[in-house]
Amino acid sequence: MNILNYTDEHQAFRKRLREFIATQVVPNAKQWETDHFVPREVWRKMGEGGFLCTGVSKEYGGMGGDFVYSSIVCEEMASSMQTGLAPTLHSDVVVPYITEYGSEAQKKKYLPRCVSGEIITAIAMTEPDAGSDLTSMRTTAVEQGDHVIISGSKTFISCGIHCDLAVVAARNPEIDDPYMGMSLYLLEADTPGFEKGKKLDKMGWNSQDTAELFFNNCKIPIENRLGDKGMGFLMLMGKLQQERLCCSMGAVYGAEMCVNGLMDYCKRTTDASDKPLSKFQAIQFALVEMATEVKLGRTFLDKLIADHMEGLDVKVETSMAKYWTTEMANRVLGKSLEIMGEFGTYENNPLVQGWRDMRVTSIFAGTNEIMKYIISKLMRL
Amino acid sequence: MFELNKSQKQIQKAVRSFAKGEFEKELVLELDRTGEYPFEIHAKAAELGFIGIHYPESYSGGGLGFVEQVLLAEELCAADSSFGITLTMAGYGAECILRFGSDEQKEAYIPGISEGRTLSGAAFTEPGNGYDITKLSCVAVQKNGNYKISGKKAGVVNGLNAGFYIVLCQTDLFAQPFTSGSSLFIVEADSEGLIVETSGERLSLNMMSMANIHFDNVEVPASNLIGELGKGYDYVQKFLAESRLLAAAQALGVARGAYERAMFHIKNREQFNRPIGMFQAVRHKIADMATNIALARLVTYDAAETFDKGVGDAAKASIAKMASCKAAMAVTDEAVQLLGGYGYMREYEVEHFYRDAKMLEIRDGNQYLHKDIIADAEIGKLKAKK
Repeated sequence: MNILNYTDEHQAFRKRLREFIATQVVPNAKQWETDHFVPREVWRKMGEGGFLCTGVSKEYGGMGGDFVYSSIVCEEMASSMQTGLAPTLHSDVVVPYITEYGSEAQKKKYLPRCVSGEIITAIAMTEPDAGSDLTSMRTTAVEQGDHVIISGSKTFISCGIHCDLAVVAARNPEIDDPYMGMSLYLLEADTPGFEKGKKLDKMGWNSQDTAELFFNNCKIPIENRLGDKGMGFLMLMGKLQQERLCCSMGAVYGAEMCVNGLMDYCKRTTDASDKPLSKFQAIQFALVEMATEVKLGRTFLDKLIADHMEGLDVKVETSMAKYWTTEMANRVLGKSLEIMGEFGTYENNPLVQGWRDMRVTSIFAGTNEIMKYIISKLMRL
Repeated sequence: MFELNKSQKQIQKAVRSFAKGEFEKELVLELDRTGEYPFEIHAKAAELGFIGIHYPESYSGGGLGFVEQVLLAEELCAADSSFGITLTMAGYGAECILRFGSDEQKEAYIPGISEGRTLSGAAFTEPGNGYDITKLSCVAVQKNGNYKISGKKAGVVNGLNAGFYIVLCQTDLFAQPFTSGSSLFIVEADSEGLIVETSGERLSLNMMSMANIHFDNVEVPASNLIGELGKGYDYVQKFLAESRLLAAAQALGVARGAYERAMFHIKNREQFNRPIGMFQAVRHKIADMATNIALARLVTYDAAETFDKGVGDAAKASIAKMASCKAAMAVTDEAVQLLGGYGYMREYEVEHFYRDAKMLEIRDGNQYLHKDIIADAEIGKLKAKK
């Protein structure tokens, strides 16, 4: 029995998306990885195809789809061999801040273009000195009459170079309590004083334009505050359940693909005496262990997606899933390369890129140590 | 147990100060991208006697043993994983000449390595056969007193930059077992009929080239045969034991280097109003890393000592290689994690230490190969019931 209910509409959507990825993304992925950038047009095309912000309601140009659509997008993108075109981040991590906390005017202004791919979004939380500890954030927002002045800098921001609109977390310098003083603002990229820094050179996610962002006294209208003043921290916390779920989806789908690829490799690769690798007991056991871990991850994940869709509070479980599935995926990828031997060291092996790409998942969106810290708090330990 | 003597401590100190002066962070990243060999640093290392420290002095070597080679590799790799591994592999395969070759061969090829004038590469494995060298399709046929070599080799270390290669070829197609019909030859890189091409971009260590080589009727004089005909496979196994000892030392150094950088980070990075090194979870990660390094060091130094005493064997080297590489993988992984987002950035060195550890873990035999070697030695031959 499937935990998730895939309707005919879901399956038709998946088919269209798979076709899109096979023709528009995969043939170009290698080039994008080399360029350390994806062209803006592909975001537009993805929007035109109806693959962005599937959860946004029809009145704002979306299709009003359920979260199964989001999981399908994430799952299919796992095979795209690039990370620059990151629909899950845009559609399911950043844009939901607008759909959930945005005013009617903000929704009207931004959502249709988020859906069409004209606007690429980013979320600007992390700072050079505020990673795990969000309360040490230094970027300030000073509200003066009808406008706000934002000053500071952010780092490790995904889609930082492409972004047209950033959800920026900043604190009111007059309030000492870091929890109470934080607000979220929608900042458009052409705001004077806003500067996109250098693209960061990373272990993986090469086509992803992760960057630093600088705010030099950026003046934005007060209407661009998201939600109420001082509610930033709570809003961030409120959206983390879905963000962590998205991280787990990426990890489980990636690990699943890896194990499938590895099984295939071990069956068709022989040693010098023509014995397939898959006939060696040590390899068989290793493959069985990996397949088991992936199944455990998938089952847990699907259950959490179902719970999340029902609107249940699964903060503890999604945090557990984030840390466990990302560690599992890294374990699986690491072991796969070792099993493959020499071929496991060459960049023309897709699993090598997978291994480099996957490593960040136990770090981003809150390190796995932070997940455990949060869970221990929520468990009242 | 392992009290280093005064001269060994001096070696450590000298290597440390050399690396500090020569290894530049930006250069590692650049060479990893371009795939260029660090010739300048290599020349300086040779000048200081860091290449071939374990070769006899009569061949411009350091006249020292395995323990010293291990210490050197550890220090170089701790200073920088990529430079360290690359420099200590400059004479990869040349030990075959040193151990099994004639005086003339040693005279002709070894000083070039220790003086930093050339590099060597070992061409053992073949395309599509993984680590398995029991069935070779690369053959050497005797003709008019010379040998003609035909066939393909894969993953030849230093392939693009070596002055000569140590090539394992089948010289007797009917030998039983087949491995008793293979022999080792020295083939100079400028020989006619040699087609060398890169084996492609790798996940790390691109500054140390790897190549696929096609031998198209390459003629070498009979004097280029190393040792005896039909002994090639045995020689290679003995060489690989030494090479795995080196890999263990490299891994130990890589682990230590990542550990030192992580240590600096946790003492200086402040979150929640304190250095993150104050958190128990972080402190215990450090404790695990220190434990892993201690184990890797013990097993590696111990193996080196047995090789110096002449009682080292394949299983001993495999145990050291496997354990030390596993430790390096665990330590570098944790170092990346402790640095968080910074750990994932190329600019922060643990990123390439992590990739290099992966390379070491896989190269020179993955854990499955080493477990076979160790189990064979431990269990011996058993028979199934008919």
